[in-house]
Amino acid sequence: MSTPKVIKKEEWLNVLNGLRKSYKVFVPVKDGDIHLFKELKEGVKANFDYSNTRLSPKGIVYPQSERMFECPLEEGNEGAFILKESPKDFSPQVVVGIRPCDAHGFLIVKRNFDNPQYQDPWWVQRYQATTFIGLGCNEPCPTCFCNAVGDGPFGEQGLDIIMYDVSDSYVLKPVSERGKDLLSDLGGRDASGDEIKAAEDLKASATKKMSTSFNIEPLRSKTQLELFNAPYWEDVAFACINCGTCTYLCPTCWCFDIQDEVYKKYCDRIRNWDSCMFPLFTLHGSGHNPRDKKFQRVRQRFMHKLKYYVDKYGNGVQCSGCGRCVRYCPVNIDIREVCKLMCM
Amino acid sequence: MIGYTEKIRKRAKELLAEGKVEAFVGYRLGSVPLMNQPVLIKKPEDAEQLVWDSNCCLNLANYLTKRTEKIGIVANGCNSRNIVIHITENQIKREQLYILGIPCEGTLDHRAILRAMGGKELTSYVEEGDGFTVKANGLEKTFKKADFLRTNCKTCQHKNPVLYDELLGELVLENTNVDPFSDVRSIENLSSEKKWDFFKNLISKCLRCYACRNACPLCYCPTCFVDESKPQWVGKSIDPTDTMTFHILRAFHCAGRCTDCGACERVCPVAIPMRQFTKKLNKDAKELFNWEAGLSLDQRPLFDFYKPEDFNDFIY
Repeated sequence: MSTPKVIKKEEWLNVLNGLRKSYKVFVPVKDGDIHLFKELKEGVKANFDYSNTRLSPKGIVYPQSERMFECPLEEGNEGAFILKESPKDFSPQVVVGIRPCDAHGFLIVKRNFDNPQYQDPWWVQRYQATTFIGLGCNEPCPTCFCNAVGDGPFGEQGLDIIMYDVSDSYVLKPVSERGKDLLSDLGGRDASGDEIKAAEDLKASATKKMSTSFNIEPLRSKTQLELFNAPYWEDVAFACINCGTCTYLCPTCWCFDIQDEVYKKYCDRIRNWDSCMFPLFTLHGSGHNPRDKKFQRVRQRFMHKLKYYVDKYGNGVQCSGCGRCVRYCPVNIDIREVCKLMCM
Repeated sequence: MIGYTEKIRKRAKELLAEGKVEAFVGYRLGSVPLMNQPVLIKKPEDAEQLVWDSNCCLNLANYLTKRTEKIGIVANGCNSRNIVIHITENQIKREQLYILGIPCEGTLDHRAILRAMGGKELTSYVEEGDGFTVKANGLEKTFKKADFLRTNCKTCQHKNPVLYDELLGELVLENTNVDPFSDVRSIENLSSEKKWDFFKNLISKCLRCYACRNACPLCYCPTCFVDESKPQWVGKSIDPTDTMTFHILRAFHCAGRCTDCGACERVCPVAIPMRQFTKKLNKDAKELFNWEAGLSLDQRPLFDFYKPEDFNDFIY
């Protein structure tokens, strides 16, 4: 890989604005008390003073609601009742400031949307059009556990470039061919040996700060049925209000629902994020729902992330340790605690 | 407030051991500071998990719906008012409940605390007297509770429980001379367009996660209209028209029933000031019908009885 570059923070916003000539640029933006990824344009102010965005950036590749197909519903209208693919935007885009956990999250989601058996055409095209410039975490949050799920506060997987926040500058290190090409366009000067050392020190000190233990090893030896029939699920689920906070904020939850909507004489087929917390999730056409009760839905979420996914793909858990569900679950159902319970 | 913890534990343990209740609903400390968790205790020895501090913000009446056993529960002002509503709306029976009343001195706005800590995630919270100390990475600060009360608590006029079997402390002085509706008035004074903009802006971040609805004890319909699929009353995408339909219908369904407990606002993952949807309805109920929800078991809910002298100026 080529030499890391250094860009002064005061020049950074200009660099990003320059990128807008060739890309849609997504940056963290402060909106009230929270940060969200938004497209950089006039009137939008990037703000890198954040631990992480409230929502993961998964929606940049996989929108919460996306029109898939559409058709007119008028007799006599050519094309009536025949769904056609809706126009979609797959132009090149860059996500700047994505945290390593969220980049790792994309790789987890990729196993569902882009595998030898199935390729989701829209997810794949948008993902391929996206370049990820990550920002390592100098100060991992107390609820983060990326290090326990195969990544770290300066993990590079899923990224094209990783940024180190070193005092008044960013040290940018390319970690893919695409990142190397983009970095040569971004400018900046070559990092000195001292600066590279400072970046490495940051990584070491951040990794040391991570304390949470999250270990799923004991789960591997348990059977799915043993866990499924375990006695604790009603207790785990008692406080749960079955809202979609955990699943919607999660970088790795991928479930969706497809809805047909009619407005006047026009039909849209829309794909929406779904949530296993919702009563409509897996409600059959017959009216039967195999997950009719709250505890069954709560169990599904943890079993999917910590057991079914693990058994199916043989590649770790369906969790990148971002800690959002831990921090923002309104009733404090903590995946780390549930995991411990499942391991017992 | 923290003094209640020992009393709650002791009484819950006794009630369970004596068989007066089969289960006890209260709060326990969460794994994250400020995030207490509602809990159902069934064994006397587990009563040790129970706590009461200034972060008991979710409404426990939400956990009583259609339960069949005999249940003990802790209830401050707003919890108790929603228990009253649950009883009058036939979601639970009075004789099923044993209520430990908590005179409440208000609960804390966790977002304001995080703001004061520069947005850093907290590692600890300790409450003492009328203050509390929080720690985050390399930062420790002590604050006065009074400066961090949730906005609904600041103007609360029902801190004392309205229904209880025993009281765990001295009744506290209720607020007088507070104006809970100054924000509503400022919106009332806007033009129709500006009002619409105000509500459009409120929902701009909404994810349709339904945390607001699900944290609300009033929302116990077996199937919510937004979850119906035959017929489909409202679209399920994040189209603003559908999102607004959800919010406005939800609010109207709470008319004359909302106790302004603030659970909806507390749980919103994107920090929408949810009470703005229901406060105007509370104000109208108060001003037009002299009605506050959940104060007495002897009153039928506002909208299920009729009095000839009811406000009817809107009928032309």
